[in-house]
Amino acid sequence: MIDSLFTWFDDRLGISGSGRKMLNKIFPDHWSFLIGEIALYSFIVLLATGVFLTLYFVPSSKIVIYNGSYAPLRGQPVSEAFASTVDLSFAVRGGLLMRQMHHWGANIFVGSIVVHMLRIFFTGAFRKPRELNWLVGSTLLILAIFNGFLGYSLPDDLVSGTGIRIAFSIVLSIPLIGSYMAFFLFGGNFPGDSIIPRFYVLHVLILPAVIAALIGAHLGMLVRQKHTQFPGRGHKPRNVVGAPMWPTFIAKTTGFLFLTTAVTGLLSALFQINPIWLYGQYVPYKVSYAVQPDWYMGWLDGALRIMPSWETVGFGHMIPNAFFPAILLPGITFGVLQMWPFIEAKLTKDYTEHQILERPRDRPKRTAFGAAVFSFYFVLFGASATDVLANYLSVSLNVVLMSFRYLAVGVPLIVFPVTYRICLELQGVPRAGKRKRANVVVRSAEGGYSTVRAEERPGDEVPEMDPLPLDEDVQYVPALAGVPPGGNGAQEELQPAPIAPSGDGRPRGGIFRIPREYR
Amino acid sequence: MPEDTDGGVGTGVPDEGSHRVTIPVTSVSVDAPQFKIAAKNPRRAEMLAGAAFLLGAAAFAGFGAAYWQNYSNFWLGTTLGLGFAGAGAGMVVWGKYLMPRGPFSEARHSLVSTEAQREVFIEDFASRGKVAIERRGFLVKALGLASGILGVVLAFPLIRSLGPLPKKSLYKTAWRSGSYLVDITGRKIKAGDLEIGGFVTVFPETDIGGAYSQTMLIRVDPPSASGYMTPPARFQPERDTWAPQGYIAFSKVCTHAGCPVGLYEELTKQMLCPCHQSLFIVSDAATPIFGPAPRPLPQLPLYIDHAGYFRAQDGYNEPVGPGFWERGND
Repeated sequence: MIDSLFTWFDDRLGISGSGRKMLNKIFPDHWSFLIGEIALYSFIVLLATGVFLTLYFVPSSKIVIYNGSYAPLRGQPVSEAFASTVDLSFAVRGGLLMRQMHHWGANIFVGSIVVHMLRIFFTGAFRKPRELNWLVGSTLLILAIFNGFLGYSLPDDLVSGTGIRIAFSIVLSIPLIGSYMAFFLFGGNFPGDSIIPRFYVLHVLILPAVIAALIGAHLGMLVRQKHTQFPGRGHKPRNVVGAPMWPTFIAKTTGFLFLTTAVTGLLSALFQINPIWLYGQYVPYKVSYAVQPDWYMGWLDGALRIMPSWETVGFGHMIPNAFFPAILLPGITFGVLQMWPFIEAKLTKDYTEHQILERPRDRPKRTAFGAAVFSFYFVLFGASATDVLANYLSVSLNVVLMSFRYLAVGVPLIVFPVTYRICLELQGVPRAGKRKRANVVVRSAEGGYSTVRAEERPGDEVPEMDPLPLDEDVQYVPALAGVPPGGNGAQEELQPAPIAPSGDGRPRGGIFRIPREYR
Repeated sequence: MPEDTDGGVGTGVPDEGSHRVTIPVTSVSVDAPQFKIAAKNPRRAEMLAGAAFLLGAAAFAGFGAAYWQNYSNFWLGTTLGLGFAGAGAGMVVWGKYLMPRGPFSEARHSLVSTEAQREVFIEDFASRGKVAIERRGFLVKALGLASGILGVVLAFPLIRSLGPLPKKSLYKTAWRSGSYLVDITGRKIKAGDLEIGGFVTVFPETDIGGAYSQTMLIRVDPPSASGYMTPPARFQPERDTWAPQGYIAFSKVCTHAGCPVGLYEELTKQMLCPCHQSLFIVSDAATPIFGPAPRPLPQLPLYIDHAGYFRAQDGYNEPVGPGFWERGND
């Protein structure tokens, strides 16, 4: 049956050649290569849950009197966006789960992109010929962050609405064109009626389409250039070693898709996220304590908080205070991030092609620099919690703020040399990161002590093998002489069948022995 | 093709006269250890994967039941999550331990074309391109003109029509000379309505709930001999009459990023903006002493009319809220 189905398609599309290449495509095996898959699969979870949400969410700022199943809000004037989100949470069966999975999925999506980007950075996978993929990937990070902001602002609740107010002020702070851009984006002065419907279109249609297209380009380049690999037995710049697409990788990656969905689902069941009914409808004259954005915008909020109150005024014009932490800093951040492959190539004067990854310890300067820069943004992220920290640690806000200002400069300055030294130390330690064999102290009958190297623990001895090529230009010869029709039923035992050696020395024999005939 | 086989299982040669087609079995070497499955104990691995699948199946069935009976999010989420966890764990165990352990390899051919191929590409592109463009400068310029005009014209529906020009709308609020100070319910505020240290959010009666008109009315002091709170020296005599009977009013829109400055501490006479923690000293014309806010909050000049209600002498004397390019030093 598989045969006739395949033939039907092959008659029309001619897919056996490219199909076989796809079946034999090799995926290098390292756990850190799975992080990008988490990003991809959480995007799929976002699409699926998002479609569900679009069936019930109403993207309108029109004020209605809430009359749904959540009693504390009954009789309150709320926007239709807010009311439909509350209804999704309480009146639509499974709606709260879909909302939670969508929000948790978004956090996992951005988080896995960041971790994946760090993996690419610290292993040098962005070097030629993969600079283009780095550009696409860093653009995906920016779009994912932005789409996340748009998404959690849609319910029009008090917390996210405050974030929109700050976003308006940030756009306003752009020199020359800021006031025009802010008014064009919002359809007028703040708040207006257009922002929720416009955010909705951007969040549901435009940005997901761009993100999906860029993911396609990202994966397409990956297929064309093939994945990088760490140094290892049989790993060469001119080969790729790992597991084949069929059946191994397909099984593992499908499992990983399910596991990503599982983690998202369990998080949504066990940990409440974004309970907007507790925040209430956004109105511009109300605000709450502990108003922080979602974590991936935390560094921006922290930068806004710890920035000194400088403002530039001259020649009849003003560069407002918010410009420096909220436009200039992200501009420099993403600019340097996107240009990094070219910056590093220039600094190292290395314009050659690289297909083998480096261990972070083998590039101590890059690793230390990356760690220091990441620690800077981590301090900024921590700085977005100044009020909460002052409250919980019973410390004055003054102390917390000044501390973060010093930390933002001091922590990276400490992280750089410490990371550098750690890299150098790891370089010098043999088999660092691998399990050590214990030395067992043994006492003899006479009373003397001696040490004996411990037995290898089960699972420690994974014999490494040379890779077996599955290329199309290796001659394959199908043969299974001596096997009874229908096979012998055994599935696991791959006993070699006795086969006469072929005359021309080409390899013979059978693997995936199919015990049955397919009709 | 091997000469001693003419059909049978795994040869890829269809048996003549029958519909039985066998699947060609690709093979490399029959002894290759890479084709052995990875598990040392395949039975155990299979039982593990099977158990995971069955757990997943049970959990999915549980999801169905939970949905049908409208159980809470907790049950819907845990059943769905455990279902996918079981299915996923089973697939991963199957793929990792019950499939050929590998490793396998494929060649990574150089993607770079040869010099000759590149030359041919550039030659094809340039030569035919040359035929098209050569001595057609007028056409190129005419096309450029059309595209340029389209580009400029598209800016109007795509950008300009999105919103009105700001013009002066960032400079003025809805406060006018004589506006009553009303709270969110529309009730006019009288002197004596607030205790000392009390505060209320007020609006002009024409713009209740307005994002830019929102104003904090604070009762700071008991009524003084002069009848007004003394402004700081640099604002005398301009603001001498702005704060009658110990009441003072400032714009609630933070000059940092626009959040409502909704917290007031009577002991220190400070307004705090909860977003980024800017502190404004009320007795010093709401000058910021902490946090990122760069400018004081604008003050609304008040008077008490003959009926005892608070009214504005005039609108704010500067734009409220965060700064923008055009405002200079207004």
